Amino acid sequence: MQPDTTASPSGKPAAMLSVRRLKKVYQTDGGDVEAVRNLTFDLRAGELACLVGPSGSGKTTLLKCISGLMAPTEGEVLLDGKRVSGPPKKMAVVFQEYGRSLFPWMRVRENVDLPLKNQGVPKGERDRLVDDALEAVGLSHVPRSYPWQLSGGMQQRVAIARAIAYQPEVLLMDEPFAAVDAQTRADLEDLIRTVWKKLGITVLFVTHDIDESVYLGERVIILSSSPTVVQEDIVIDLPEQRDQLNTRALPRFTELRHHVYEQIQIAKKGHRPASAGADVA
Amino acid sequence: MKALKTLGYILALPVLLVLAWWASTLGAVNFFVPTPATLAAKFGEVWFGPRFFSDVLPSIGRLLVGVVAAIVIGVVGGVLIGSVRWLRALLEPTLEFFRAIPPPVLVPVLILLMGITDGMKVAVIISGCVWPVLLNTIEGVRAVDGVLSDSAHTYGIDGWARVRYLVLPSASPQIMAGVRQSLSLGLILMVISEMFASSSGLGFTIVQFQRSFAIPEMWSGIVVLGLLGVAMSFIFQWAERNILRWYHGQKEVENAA
Repeated sequence: MQPDTTASPSGKPAAMLSVRRLKKVYQTDGGDVEAVRNLTFDLRAGELACLVGPSGSGKTTLLKCISGLMAPTEGEVLLDGKRVSGPPKKMAVVFQEYGRSLFPWMRVRENVDLPLKNQGVPKGERDRLVDDALEAVGLSHVPRSYPWQLSGGMQQRVAIARAIAYQPEVLLMDEPFAAVDAQTRADLEDLIRTVWKKLGITVLFVTHDIDESVYLGERVIILSSSPTVVQEDIVIDLPEQRDQLNTRALPRFTELRHHVYEQIQIAKKGHRPASAGADVA
Repeated sequence: MKALKTLGYILALPVLLVLAWWASTLGAVNFFVPTPATLAAKFGEVWFGPRFFSDVLPSIGRLLVGVVAAIVIGVVGGVLIGSVRWLRALLEPTLEFFRAIPPPVLVPVLILLMGITDGMKVAVIISGCVWPVLLNTIEGVRAVDGVLSDSAHTYGIDGWARVRYLVLPSASPQIMAGVRQSLSLGLILMVISEMFASSSGLGFTIVQFQRSFAIPEMWSGIVVLGLLGVAMSFIFQWAERNILRWYHGQKEVENAA
């Protein structure tokens, strides 16, 4: 059974991405390190969810498991009902280290084009997709530049363009704006909201920035400290149309921000919800 | 104007050296040290004749075949050994053993095995030139950035595409460093392979001149070798500039930051 997801963005509550009782233990010389204990959550098709947690809460580990780069010790990840065992075709990942995720020996356009070329997409269609993606991130003017000739924010835009051009159904972002300056970050946050609305894709955005998670997400999943479980899963009931000045000035924004902040503080102290603790014997 | 200046920098020292040589050979007549004029005359006489086709070209040909074969073997082997962990564990100690053998001692062995053939001479060149390329490629392949590798993996760039678009370009700075070493080694081994039991080639001719006390001719042969080295170095630099344009550009940006 394979639902045609491209044709039905109309709020069917089927889970696009399911994380089921995920556990990851690293085996090191100094003994086992339990990075993620027991994580379960679902993302509906077309949802934009942010994942926040204290630093060292296994966010990157979780993302690597979801993207198929790493096998979980226990549990599973389902993408559109199918178990993830390697990087799935329907998924694109944007990493934090933009300087190390683009090919420095290729020009901007070639970088965006490469995954499509590798998939055997015909030249004409590729050109259209690449043009559209560069247009969407506002980089139509630099296709012939090398990534290292661009500023950090622009490099991350290229990485986003590459992800968009790939036409994923799920876009994973691992603290993508942690290394860019504050003003660029605000622009990029709006860019993500715009792209998400325009393409109707499912976005999982990992961040350690509380404001960013509330501003961006339709939903915020708060992780506990390591070994990680879901601390809380809240809906962000802010207006859909957001802008940097007004949305951040809303009383509701402040309330939500406070709430997430408190939860993170509690998480840092090592508290975890009773329900999650019961799963571990 | 800029080209003239560059040319000036390139030629200044050679001109000075020739002048110094000319001045030091003015009065005294040492049989073993010819004057610049004699050497220049002999140079034209000896090398711009049938020798160019019977000795110089075949030598260059063997050098090219040897170096290119060494680069191909080194890169292919290096990518394999660098990518496959068990292969590396299996081969590395043995590679150290073979690498430690100076290629000239292989000449008599190869003569016995292959006879005095072009193949033998090419084999000598390969046996020496393959190591810098191979070992540098292994290092370069192992040093592929983890994030870049993850990026490629998430976009389904695997197998041959991974080698072509990720591994080879990423290792290319190290590979080029290996190639640079191989070129100078290749020239040395080309000469050595022709010095034993040979009947043609630059190395053979130079030894021949030396044994028959044709001293200016011998010197002119050495000049040919030097010029060959310079030509190879220029070609290499040109190729490197084109292949590693991104690398030098990136380094410049990093240094400026």
